[in-house]
Amino acid sequence: MGAKISIPVRRIDAKEKAGGWAKYIGDYEFDNLQHGRFLRSERARAKIIEIKKPVFPEGYYYVDASDIPSSGKNNIQMIKDDWRVFAVDEVRYIGETIAIILGPDKQKVLDLLNEIEIIYEDLIPAFTFDDALACKGGAVHGTDNIFAEYLLNVGNTDNAFKIADKIIEGKYETGFQEHLYMETQGLVGTWEDGKITMYASAQCPFYIRKSVAGTLGVPLGDIRVRQVTTGGAFGGKEHFPDVIATPLAVAVNKIKKPISMIYDRIEDISFTCKRHPSKITIKTGLDKDNNIIAMEIDTLVNGGAYESSTPIVLQRAILHGLGVYNIPNARILGRAVATNTFPSDAYRGFGAPQGLFAIEMHMSHIADELGLDTSDFKRKHFIKTNDITITNSKMHDDVKLEEMFAKIDEMSDYSSKVKKYANDPVKGIGIAFVNHGGGFTGNGEQVVIQGVVKMKRLDDGKAGLYVSVVEMGQGLQTTMRKIAAGELGLSIEDVVYDNPDTDIVPDSGPTCASRSIMVVGFLVQECAKKLKAKWEEGVGTEATHQYVHPEEFVWEQETLQGDAYPAYGWGINVVEVEYDPVTFEVKTEGVWAVWDVGVAIDETIMQGQSSGGIIQALGYASIEKCELKNGAFMQHTMADYTIPTSLDFPKVETVFIDNPYKYGPSGAKGAGELVFDAAPPAYAEAVQNAIGKRIYDIPVTPEMIMEALNK
Amino acid sequence: MKEIKFILNGKEVSVEADPLKRLLDVLREDKRMTGVKEGCGEGECGACSVLMNGVLVNSCMIPLGAVEEAEIVTPEGIRETEKGKLIIDAFGDAGAVQCGFCTPGMMMATEALLTINKTPEEEEIREALSGNLCRCTGYDLIVKGVQIASERGKDLW
Repeated sequence: MGAKISIPVRRIDAKEKAGGWAKYIGDYEFDNLQHGRFLRSERARAKIIEIKKPVFPEGYYYVDASDIPSSGKNNIQMIKDDWRVFAVDEVRYIGETIAIILGPDKQKVLDLLNEIEIIYEDLIPAFTFDDALACKGGAVHGTDNIFAEYLLNVGNTDNAFKIADKIIEGKYETGFQEHLYMETQGLVGTWEDGKITMYASAQCPFYIRKSVAGTLGVPLGDIRVRQVTTGGAFGGKEHFPDVIATPLAVAVNKIKKPISMIYDRIEDISFTCKRHPSKITIKTGLDKDNNIIAMEIDTLVNGGAYESSTPIVLQRAILHGLGVYNIPNARILGRAVATNTFPSDAYRGFGAPQGLFAIEMHMSHIADELGLDTSDFKRKHFIKTNDITITNSKMHDDVKLEEMFAKIDEMSDYSSKVKKYANDPVKGIGIAFVNHGGGFTGNGEQVVIQGVVKMKRLDDGKAGLYVSVVEMGQGLQTTMRKIAAGELGLSIEDVVYDNPDTDIVPDSGPTCASRSIMVVGFLVQECAKKLKAKWEEGVGTEATHQYVHPEEFVWEQETLQGDAYPAYGWGINVVEVEYDPVTFEVKTEGVWAVWDVGVAIDETIMQGQSSGGIIQALGYASIEKCELKNGAFMQHTMADYTIPTSLDFPKVETVFIDNPYKYGPSGAKGAGELVFDAAPPAYAEAVQNAIGKRIYDIPVTPEMIMEALNK
Repeated sequence: MKEIKFILNGKEVSVEADPLKRLLDVLREDKRMTGVKEGCGEGECGACSVLMNGVLVNSCMIPLGAVEEAEIVTPEGIRETEKGKLIIDAFGDAGAVQCGFCTPGMMMATEALLTINKTPEEEEIREALSGNLCRCTGYDLIVKGVQIASERGKDLW
């Protein structure tokens, strides 16, 4: 950790947030504000026969699909537009938006909502992977319930299996995970100067603009989206705000008054997207010397009732399917299925945590089966620079996993503890190795996003920074300023970077995919150089910079062949646990992490990402159980969907190694998702070693441990 | 409707409202003190933490009627005091703030802890913060922030 830019600064937003000055969406005052609530489907799959409504007093409105202007569409423009703004005639999942009830008094709105009665005719719903593949009740999507299907191939897998000395198989499952950002979803839509303006707690202002403009059938410039200080997101505010903004915009368009749509916690847990559940089967062939010569992976993810970003999540799951290993002959089939569950969507890691959990546990299980040490077995198969990838290109990164392993071994005393705990009745230690591709998959940055940033010389020697990526807790307000200020020779306070407003900033793309620093930060660095070169032209001088795809990275989207990502972040986690043989509760005794994120733009901010990502991931691996009953989430509150408290896990010991990436700002690569990826398999392996039984699924609950021990 | 008198951030105030109205709503809506956040509305997350007669409470769980004659302190009441500024600076230097939604509540929990224990051990800090949930930080840097506040604030608490 030697780079100058890594030296920590105090975050620019620390004081205003800590003292409670910062305004989140629920903290703003709007004149004549109306309060909206959604009327939602109570059935997973049904025809709507009739909606019985009470008489609405003056000033209270019922807004539904019939209020969409004739120029518009009852479809939310995401990647596809299958998700409807308002359900009409039939519903596909519990919680689907049917209408908005709104008016000046919150309680009266709730009373009206309670008086509405919907008569349904139930249809047969599909909830599970098996239901979906059997098209139970008829296909929810298309003719076969498959949102997306991909096949990746490298080498000759069939031949390799034929000559394999032994074959080992395993099936791995992961569940839903709720984002549980501390600030719930919320937007306020207003009518200002003949124009709809959305104030949003959100990651992607231009996504909201696109979806709202599409729903109303107006030009993009007729919609203004202003991001406000956002109290956490983790992917949950990537596309989901579109699902709130589009019906809200229809309502604002109808009554021309400001309307707030801010979820309470029960609504938020019950009726927002979750991480995609997965079911991954892996079959591995080994030669006589225990080298892996073939691997076949079957990946299923549950997309729920509408497509949203599911195909891209699936791509990332399978593109990370081989983890950090060099497997000469491999085949990965990926399928995303449609069910009558709440649509799944983006969540920190975006499919990679599911794929990486499966491969890491599988590698651990193979080692166990063969009586080998896990880390030795995994290290023997590490991918190296210039090895062939699953998409038939070369690994371009300078892979430093061995150096990182030496570091974490020294920090955690892993190797000696593995031996020490081998016969310990209650203690265990686990290790996981991961990588995470930064930026959009393949040529997405080049073809889909084409991000642009702008800078301007302002009065008093200040510079304005205009980008559409947002601060949502990850520190972007500070790190972007550091990048720009560093080039311009200014202090970070002299770089002005307001929350993005689509009327002011160019579209630099969404805040997701670990792209903000690696991709947009690089654009900012290059733009700052341009501005510096013409700084002397005076106040008002502007510079813009657009993404240019580095020529050495080639991608064929149709076949998913080539360089899936320009650069990867790399990581190793070690987790040490002790379980209670009476209650089956697990106590985590130690957590260690070594990361290669290129260069950390700010070491303290990256420490925060490391601890935060790991603890969120340990929640996913241990206590965050989100189950379905008849298509509804059984967990509704923070009391029954529990997340880690300050007492649940010890301090995370983190170290970063430098490995600069030439197209990242000061060498930085993506980091925000990587930090989530390694802890779940490391934790599951630690528990497995403590209890002496294999773990295949997360979350690993005490009940699961009890069952495993009783088998 | 009932008139309830209490002391808010050192000043006597009177609110006429349903005595069952949540103190959280009284503070946010009637008093526009938006440093008090609603995270869950059921006493689980601590984002709405305030001090009631010096004790850390979740204002979403306190009906207005229960604060008659009580002393209530919100983030607005301490952020410009010497102690408040010290906690905010310590949090800033530690990197304890990410999305910030839980942070005013964390500041209240820190004030409550340091008032009864000037030099807490890490375990005592983790215990004192355990009613305040954070989804961003994994708590490590908040714990560090409290440690820094404790070191710098030896003569204040």
